[in-house]
Amino acid sequence: MIKQPEPWQTAEIPGPTKALVISKPEVVVEMIKGAKRPLLVVGPESAEQAVGDGKQIDLLILIAEAGRIPIVATSRSVADLIKRDYRPASWMPAVDIANRLRDPEWAGADGRGQHDLAIFAGMRYYVEWLLLSGLKHFGGKLKTISLDRFYQPHAGWSFPNISQEEWAHSLVALQSGLRRSS
Amino acid sequence: MSKKALHLKVDELTTDIGIFKGLDITVGKIHEETWSERIGPTPFPSVLDLREWDLRLLQRYKPFYMPFCDLCCLCTMGKCDLTKQKRGACGLDMAGQQSRIVLMMACMGASTHTAHARHLLEHLTAKYGHDRPIDMGQNVHVEAPIIRTVCGTRPRVLGDLEDALDYVESQIVELLAATHTGQEASSLDFESKVFHAGMLDHVAMEAADIAQISSMDFPKSEPDAPLAEIGFGAVDVSKPTILVIGHNVAPARAIIDYIEGQKLHGQVEVAGICCTALDLTRYDPKAKIVGPLSWQLRFIRSGLPDLIVLDEQCIRTDTLIEAHRIKAPVIVTSDKNAAGLTNRTSDGTDQIVSDLVSGKTSGVMILNPEKAGEVAVRTVREVAPRRNKFRTLPNQDEIAVMAKRCSGCSECRRACPNDLPIPESMAQAAKGNIVPLSDLLVDCIGCARCESACPKNIEVHSLIVSAAGKLLSQERYKIRVGRGGIQDVEIRKVGSPIVLGEIPGIVAFIGCSNYPHGGREVAEMAEEFIRRRFIVTSSGCAAMSVAMYTNEEGKNIYEAYPGAFDAGCFSNVGSCIANSHIAGAAIKIASIFAKRSLRGNYEEIADYVLNRVGAVGVAWGAMSQKAAAIASGCWRLGVPVVVGPHGMKYRRMLLGRKDREDDWYVYDARTGNRVFVGPAPEHLFYAAETKEEATVMIAKLCIRPNDTSKGRAIKLTHYADLHKRLYGTFPDDIHLFVRRRTDIPITMKDEMERILSQKGWKEREIPDPTLLPQLIRRRKE
Repeated sequence: MIKQPEPWQTAEIPGPTKALVISKPEVVVEMIKGAKRPLLVVGPESAEQAVGDGKQIDLLILIAEAGRIPIVATSRSVADLIKRDYRPASWMPAVDIANRLRDPEWAGADGRGQHDLAIFAGMRYYVEWLLLSGLKHFGGKLKTISLDRFYQPHAGWSFPNISQEEWAHSLVALQSGLRRSS
Repeated sequence: MSKKALHLKVDELTTDIGIFKGLDITVGKIHEETWSERIGPTPFPSVLDLREWDLRLLQRYKPFYMPFCDLCCLCTMGKCDLTKQKRGACGLDMAGQQSRIVLMMACMGASTHTAHARHLLEHLTAKYGHDRPIDMGQNVHVEAPIIRTVCGTRPRVLGDLEDALDYVESQIVELLAATHTGQEASSLDFESKVFHAGMLDHVAMEAADIAQISSMDFPKSEPDAPLAEIGFGAVDVSKPTILVIGHNVAPARAIIDYIEGQKLHGQVEVAGICCTALDLTRYDPKAKIVGPLSWQLRFIRSGLPDLIVLDEQCIRTDTLIEAHRIKAPVIVTSDKNAAGLTNRTSDGTDQIVSDLVSGKTSGVMILNPEKAGEVAVRTVREVAPRRNKFRTLPNQDEIAVMAKRCSGCSECRRACPNDLPIPESMAQAAKGNIVPLSDLLVDCIGCARCESACPKNIEVHSLIVSAAGKLLSQERYKIRVGRGGIQDVEIRKVGSPIVLGEIPGIVAFIGCSNYPHGGREVAEMAEEFIRRRFIVTSSGCAAMSVAMYTNEEGKNIYEAYPGAFDAGCFSNVGSCIANSHIAGAAIKIASIFAKRSLRGNYEEIADYVLNRVGAVGVAWGAMSQKAAAIASGCWRLGVPVVVGPHGMKYRRMLLGRKDREDDWYVYDARTGNRVFVGPAPEHLFYAAETKEEATVMIAKLCIRPNDTSKGRAIKLTHYADLHKRLYGTFPDDIHLFVRRRTDIPITMKDEMERILSQKGWKEREIPDPTLLPQLIRRRKE
């Protein structure tokens, strides 16, 4: 398994501005703590991706609860969240949430105003890659983080390509860190 | 064409030889003047003539760009870094650059269809004459709805189609010029030009398909077009087998003609891939379809074709290399793809056949379809016994040996567009279990990037195809051949229920086979909407993909449902260029049902379609620039398009914002009042992550401002029901679509009323909707 900050899909090379690597989960904890209006965008792959004994979506719910972060569910992930008795702040297509996040006038997923930090997780690699590209170029001051397993060069911050075990460890540590700091 | 003609009219002219009164001289083409329909404001519209309409659409459906690359590298002042809206050396910013690339793609697609149409038309007029009548079948009086609407002409004979193509060609040159460095500065104006390219593309497609339908004895708007066979297992490879690939049917048709002419029927098998195959079965339903474009490599490597004939579009450009490996000669027949081969068009057929059979040359170029047909048949009969179906695929023992060379580096997976778990499957294959490897084929798009990436030179794709050999040999299904256009009587039957909303929508599954999870998802979506009594239609690779899945009774969609353009039916119009009939059907509703004048009246017709015809295009595996052009033509016409997740790589969506009330007002044509109609349709170009998401959105995008209460209730039933089933909850935007209490479906009354109450909903009026002020019949003082 490679660990260099290279795109997972080999040809998906972006350009001069690339994501900073999340070297330890505490970086993300601090970013979330420092954000005024964080948002977690949860995609449908999160219910398919195994992390530890569960699925990624289970950890994402815990992270959202620990950090008091509203969730926007994309595609069918709303059904997966509801199955787990979690009602997201909103649900909409992935292209819609990205389109709204670039608009300074948007009322936000919970109606309290535009978000300053968007955390993406649980999407097909190239889908997330493109959404983050749109936000890198047109998202203004919005900060972005990817919590998926493979390096997303268009995010502000991303894990490098990491093993399943490291990924699970990092997400659990992120949740614990948020819980401790809340 | 009228624009090129000289028309001299002189009331009185005195000359040395006398006085001429009422002199009227026309030089150039003369248009018949028997068409009583009044001419509209924009016949043969220029690049800017429909700009105002485009900007109205773009005001509501704003582009959202997702750049594929941060750089521009199109001129020598670059590369330029355009990150975060930096400007390049020419002054263009990222939005401009992305829209410029979208325009280039649309021009590529439109050019490809136009060149195809021109090639076909030249061939057919040379064979049958300029005066061969256009014949789209009985019950078809509006024979060319797109050409009528865009060009303002009514083609009667093949030669008339040249006017349309002359116009399209001249306009594409204008559009492509706008993409040069230092031309168009505005991203929105680039987008308007994209719409123009799309509209031109539809004209060219219509001209091409009308020409071949009228000349080649294809089904003429026939709901009961015959069934043909599709799939690996459908091809009788015990016979010498010719494989045709591409989109221009002329050479493939000449193969059939030569076989018939020489009474060789039953002695040579002709099978095709992609749209050439679809069109060949329109000519001869006994021809076989192997599958959509993603079936190319797997079929060639299987060694089953004894000779390959290429025409144009979506052909793998390594076909010559692959064919050489299985010792199958290649004939290229189009100037679009010379493939480095010698042009033998002027040589004698005996010599060409001899050279191909002896292996003196592995491929030739023959630009005369008839000669290509003769050479193909004569060559394959001699080559086939020598080849003995030579194949390059490994057997089961060899799979394990090759798989053991895999180091699990994941380079194959990182190259795979669908991120397939190839290393894990290889590890199993190395232990003798080829099932996981075989399972990959369902989601494989056949690109073979896995092989290019492999540092151990393992032929990964060949291993997958070989492991799935049994599955492939069992592929044998029926497909209804392309019916061509939609009859006027069919439009008359469905026009009213479509416009009033009582037939909940027209869903067209079109485009290529770059699917995220194989073709099954297309078949499942199509069947969902057929069962809900939408009008469901298809074309191109999508029409092939849906054939390859059967229900619990063992029937596929073509066997289970009638081929009419009607509620609860499933029709295949034909190849890519037959997409024009789907757009044409929407236009014909405006003409035949609503009696709107089509002639040079594009803006009014598009406004009609946008506000009244609940049609949606679904290109779940869209891959090509042609697909981009087809979609662009739909957008200008007011037809939303849904693509699969790979479709995001078109770099730009056209998205409405349902949370912005101001975007969703129209004029009431009766009063001139501005009326809120809700987000209908919500998007113009949109990519879904999953089949479930697309299904919910398709139902929603069929909602139109003109729906009657009964129609709206039916549409809301489908939308809410699918949302509940696939998303596990009731839609949260229902209040935007309910205008009056009578819009609420009886079966969902309690749930909807609860949500309406929470949202503070109030009844509102249902207008006679239009975006065009000029269509207001009585202005409010």
